[in-house]
Amino acid sequence: MSEDKVEQAAVVADEPSPARLIGTLAIAGLVSGIIIIAIYLATFETIKENKARELREAVFRVLPNVSKMQKLLLKEGKLEVSYKEEKGEEPIYAGYDDNNKFMGYAIPSDGPGFADTISVLYGYRPSDRKVIGMWILASRETPGLGDKIYKDAAFVANFDDLAIEPPIVATKKGKSKPNEIDAITGATISSVAVAKIINKGNDYWVSRLPEPGAEPAYVEVETPPEAEDAQAQ
Amino acid sequence: MAKEQLAYDEFMKGLWRENPVFVQVLGLCPLLAVTNSAINGLAMGLASFFVLLGSSILVSLFKSYIPKQVRISCFIIIIATFVTVVDYTLAAALPVIHKELGAFIPLIVANCLILGRMEAFASRNTLRMSVADAFGMGAGFLFALVSLGAVREILGVGEIFGFALFGANFEPWVIMILPPGGFITLGVMLLYFNWLEEKKNKIDKQLATEDGVN
Repeated sequence: MSEDKVEQAAVVADEPSPARLIGTLAIAGLVSGIIIIAIYLATFETIKENKARELREAVFRVLPNVSKMQKLLLKEGKLEVSYKEEKGEEPIYAGYDDNNKFMGYAIPSDGPGFADTISVLYGYRPSDRKVIGMWILASRETPGLGDKIYKDAAFVANFDDLAIEPPIVATKKGKSKPNEIDAITGATISSVAVAKIINKGNDYWVSRLPEPGAEPAYVEVETPPEAEDAQAQ
Repeated sequence: MAKEQLAYDEFMKGLWRENPVFVQVLGLCPLLAVTNSAINGLAMGLASFFVLLGSSILVSLFKSYIPKQVRISCFIIIIATFVTVVDYTLAAALPVIHKELGAFIPLIVANCLILGRMEAFASRNTLRMSVADAFGMGAGFLFALVSLGAVREILGVGEIFGFALFGANFEPWVIMILPPGGFITLGVMLLYFNWLEEKKNKIDKQLATEDGVN
């Protein structure tokens, strides 16, 4: 006990006080916090715009000839147009051409790939029940092999005109039926995963979509969606 | 003049003689993970460079105010702040690159090269020398990332910074952009640097004995 005290005294003599130590860390933390919050606020709008632009580009890519889009949310079994961001929302997007004619849905879906979850956005045309485009939103598949699911134009083209019934099948023997896609050599698991992810999206959405012809009409908004977002918040 | 010479010496030390990757063999996790293309290596190198330089300046400026008991925590707070700045700035300015580098930008916080320079250099040297050291080490790391990324991209995809180098008949060595390719390339480069070192030692020895004779 007494030894401890002697030791402590020796330490205290030429060491900074606990208050100084805590103070140093507190100041460092405070300054760091202010800088981090500042950079977060400064970049928040741009990052949000980047994400929105990325999504728009993806929607236009999976739905050919589309120039306008709006977000749809399923509410009590009915698809409704939405501009707000809601927690846990599961939106799909409707695409329209220049004359506001409905062209198809862009449906996000995800599932396990070879390395990590693959997020897919695909275009679906309800009038003839066909997938009309596919785009990978996010994936961490092996560079050089699995990443061909979005880098290989021939694989992506598999989804330009693809029947969804019976469910989509990835085949290694060369596609011969309207619901088949050619799997990538060396990336069979990733190819099959994309087919499964689209089937999963179809399983959920196709029965919940309105009858062809009864799709929500395009709503011209006077205030841009961003402004409405801000009001809602 | 002497001061300039010293700063230049610190710079060259990091870039070449004590290159963080090829000589000290530090920071290999981000090195192997992101160098499957030259542009990723460049982006990662610049991000690390900025973090290293910023942290070196701050640590060197405040070294006399930071008690040694809490120095590691303070270094980490400083490094983490710069990494967050880089992370958000990249996400806003270059979303494509940010997406490609993924989790490896936040992981710069844990890069032993950066914390190592704070502890071994910036916390003991003047601002001027710390900046020179950070420039050297940062450039050395950048050099390693870009050269590794370039070799792997050229052999593994047949492109450099996205420009095709060879004709359509080129069959890419896919292995080079997979993890084993990273280890193989790094191994060959380490071999080269060790060979250089050995050659230099031999020449030094020879010179020394010749001097002795004369």
